[in-house]
Amino acid sequence: MEALVSILIGTLTGCGVYLILRNRTFPVVLGLTFLSYAVNLFLLVMGRLTIGKPPIIAENITEYADPLPQALVLTAIVISFAMTAFVIVLSLKAYLEMGNDHVDGKHKS
Amino acid sequence: MNLLLVALIPFAGGIFVAYISRFGRLYSAWGAGVVTLLALAFLYPSIADVFAEQTVIQRWRWIPMLGLDFAFRLDGLSLLFSLLILGIGILIIIYARYYLSEQDDMGRFYAYLMMFMGSMLGIVLSENIIQLLIFWELTSLSSFLLISYWQQRHESRSGARMALAVTGGGGLALLGGFLLLGEICGSYDLSVILASGDSISQHPWYLPMLILVLLGAFTKSAQFPFHFWLPNAMAAPTPVSAYLHSATMVKAGVFLLARLYPALSGTPEWFWLVSMTGLATLLIAAYIAMFEHDLKGLLAYSTISHLGLITLLFGMDTPLAAVAAVFHIINHAIFKASLFMAAGIIDHETGTRDMRRLRGLWQFMPHTASLAMVAAASMAGVPLFNGFLSKEMFFAETLHHINQPWGWLMPAAATLAGIFAVAYSLRFIHTVFFNGTPVDLPKTPHEPPRWMKVPVELLVAICLLVGMLPALTVEPILGVAASGVLQEKVPDHDLAIWHGFNPAVWMSIIALTGGILAYLGRRPLSVLHDHIGNRLEFKSFYNSLIDLLFKIAGQITRLLNANSLQRMVLVFMLFIMTLGVTSFIDSSPALTGNRVLLPMDAVSLLITIILIIAALGTVIMHRQRLVSLILLGAVGLGVALVFVKFSAPDLALTQLSVEVVTIVLMLLALYFLPQYSPKESSQTARSRDALIAVGAGTGVGLLVWAVLTRPYQTIADYFMSNSVPGGGGTNVVNVILVDFRGYDTLGEITVLALAGLGIFAMLHQLKLSGSEADQQGRPWDNDMHPLIMASFVRLLLPLALLVSIYILLRGHNLPGGGFIAGLITAVALIMQYLANGVSWAQTRLTINMHTVISAGLLIAALTGLASWVFDHPFLTSTFGHLNWPVIGEFELASAMAFDLGVYLVVVGTTLLILVYLGLVHKESHTNHVRKRIR
Repeated sequence: MEALVSILIGTLTGCGVYLILRNRTFPVVLGLTFLSYAVNLFLLVMGRLTIGKPPIIAENITEYADPLPQALVLTAIVISFAMTAFVIVLSLKAYLEMGNDHVDGKHKS
Repeated sequence: MNLLLVALIPFAGGIFVAYISRFGRLYSAWGAGVVTLLALAFLYPSIADVFAEQTVIQRWRWIPMLGLDFAFRLDGLSLLFSLLILGIGILIIIYARYYLSEQDDMGRFYAYLMMFMGSMLGIVLSENIIQLLIFWELTSLSSFLLISYWQQRHESRSGARMALAVTGGGGLALLGGFLLLGEICGSYDLSVILASGDSISQHPWYLPMLILVLLGAFTKSAQFPFHFWLPNAMAAPTPVSAYLHSATMVKAGVFLLARLYPALSGTPEWFWLVSMTGLATLLIAAYIAMFEHDLKGLLAYSTISHLGLITLLFGMDTPLAAVAAVFHIINHAIFKASLFMAAGIIDHETGTRDMRRLRGLWQFMPHTASLAMVAAASMAGVPLFNGFLSKEMFFAETLHHINQPWGWLMPAAATLAGIFAVAYSLRFIHTVFFNGTPVDLPKTPHEPPRWMKVPVELLVAICLLVGMLPALTVEPILGVAASGVLQEKVPDHDLAIWHGFNPAVWMSIIALTGGILAYLGRRPLSVLHDHIGNRLEFKSFYNSLIDLLFKIAGQITRLLNANSLQRMVLVFMLFIMTLGVTSFIDSSPALTGNRVLLPMDAVSLLITIILIIAALGTVIMHRQRLVSLILLGAVGLGVALVFVKFSAPDLALTQLSVEVVTIVLMLLALYFLPQYSPKESSQTARSRDALIAVGAGTGVGLLVWAVLTRPYQTIADYFMSNSVPGGGGTNVVNVILVDFRGYDTLGEITVLALAGLGIFAMLHQLKLSGSEADQQGRPWDNDMHPLIMASFVRLLLPLALLVSIYILLRGHNLPGGGFIAGLITAVALIMQYLANGVSWAQTRLTINMHTVISAGLLIAALTGLASWVFDHPFLTSTFGHLNWPVIGEFELASAMAFDLGVYLVVVGTTLLILVYLGLVHKESHTNHVRKRIR
């Protein structure tokens, strides 16, 4: 299972990196989204993989998944939504003002 | 308590006067006067203690972890300065009321002035030196605001900038010096520092510390070679020049010398650094003052020169010299403030400050002229005026080292400076008030309003009283102030006008006659001056330094900034990878650890494969934006499944709802953006990027593998064991969010709210037009709201809201909470917009989302504050230790209220972003429909 997770996070990171190196805004936003998926998963699995033991305290259960990375990731998901929204609207604004959606903000010549 | 109020009342007063100025122009002047009197009244109860030789210290805990207290101190020195600041402050307030014209914004002026007064009082009353430094910087800032008060004038802005650069740089040096001093003494309290003079001077850090502290003091007090900012600060309104740039702020530097005198003095380093700087400043500034044509410029250089004199006295390092320095601080503040006010009157009534045009004003304003003559005589050191007394003490002190080799140099230089002082004082009086008739003045001069002269009259009266009856008037306050400086008994001194024919009297006589001769011979002298003149002003040096700084900064920026996001990201990625690889190489332990691995199951394998295919598909198809977006959505849903698998139900719920919102948002944006990305980058560039991507992915993958195969020690035990007894909830993730780390969550929802508002600001009044057809020329479908979907979604709304409330309420004990519930509500509402159209939904949902966001933030913040008040005595807890209530039902209620705040912020922000983009969308759509109809 660990190998699967490693490959998955590695793939998501690689896809994100390739996309943020593109020269148009929209793929870059997609790339950022990929990177936030990868980072969120990465943070979560820092508490190691645990199956079927959610950190919800109940009687007669002694083993739980680590709640700390989960709490970190929960807010990270919401914040990365805010960031994605901000960037996509920024790229929209840049597109309208520059006349194209190149990431370097080149003016229409 | 009262000292704290003395320092803080002016700050509150600044806001107060700015507010009341909108009800009437003069209210702010009255307000400022009342505030100053109030501060004086709060100072009053402690005055008696100081005269009883006691030091009043009042302290509050500030940052106990660093051993810092918020502490105030009142001894003789602080009392003297407080009285000068408040006393002259009152006079300046009266004077400025008549000085400012109808066009000037009085509220702003008095607000800045009050802020300055508070900062200056803070400096002189501080017991803690870090706190002193904060007030020190505040005086630099308020001085900047006051110099640039007439913002439309270029010289105001550049003068203010120069003053801020020089004094701000000095403040930085001072911070370094204070930190070293605190390390040397083991305390930032002045009481400790002043008592450990010997151990300080023997410490190896003594010299660097001394140099840094002196840099701070010398820049503030405009000592050579930092003197150039003060003449340029004369672009300020004259009341400001009189108050900040002669009587108080520039005295902060010499105040610092006086304050730290017992701790730092008594070494050869102190003697040479301080006395030589003082001597150079004294001579050079007095020399330049003789040739200034600007009335205020002359006074500015004279101020620099007198500050040099005071510095020199402290540098001489004898107790009696320190007494003389304190005495001269008093005298200079009084006569120079009155001279500046007189210069302001002349400027105000004639319209110019150019001494080449001002002549023979005696016949127009004899009253003002008499006042200015008394003050100028005091500045020149003429007997019977107060300046004479401290100057005599200064002359006497210079003779201290007369028997050493080169010992004659000091008295000779002092006498020369005395000659210069007499010459420029004489020039000020003779040129302006006599010497023929005025040359085409902009206004016909006359006496100013009665009350504009009253402050000058009062100060001039003090000049005379102190000058004639020193023992009766100034002696008591001088005595306590000097003992505050020395921190020991004041040596015997005799404040009499006549001590017999001693050397000091002869030096005065030489200075007076020499000064008169120098003034008579001013024409040949000014020819000489034209040859060396401007080089001493250092302004061009400063300007070229600044230019050089900008050039270097520009070059560094050009070197590092490729002006291309792609290139920067590329460099960044390569750098990160290099960092990662090198740290792998250096330590090189085995890649795989010894943790027992989990078995793989078929479902997981399948989902992973689907996820990877979707991710790679997104990349391969990224030019077809709509397709890649749909694939991205699939990846997001897959990530939610991963969260489910690895025991993170809260995350799965959040990811699921965020994914929906994100994709809807990107679809909306995509409507306005090009639908396809052009194929631009070369094959090489793409292969290079692919290589980097594969490298980064492999690196991260290996890192995850290395971490996951190793055992670890969790730090979450505290949260697990305290969640139920301490936080009252069984869902530990939620308890961490709203309870243990509630402060972090508050910060995060604030960021969220700000992002929403930022997006709103970007979209505000944006004119968008969507295209009529896609890139293949196919027109958009106009059938916007399919009936079945619309009705179905309406039915769904109450159910969805019910679910979200349930999720919100159960969040503390089961997966759920404010974030998830907020997203579900947002999705439910957004579906109404999508299915029924923006206008339909907009007429039914009229709540302003800004209100929702602010209500959410307010609820969350108030919950925090409330429990703070209940749990701890007010202001004892720091933020890091903020605890939500600990026991029982009340705890539950408070955490729920906090979660409600989170919920509202999430709903508000999400809807604000999406609905606003949707509104833009709708407008573009109607526009283009309208166009089609036309």
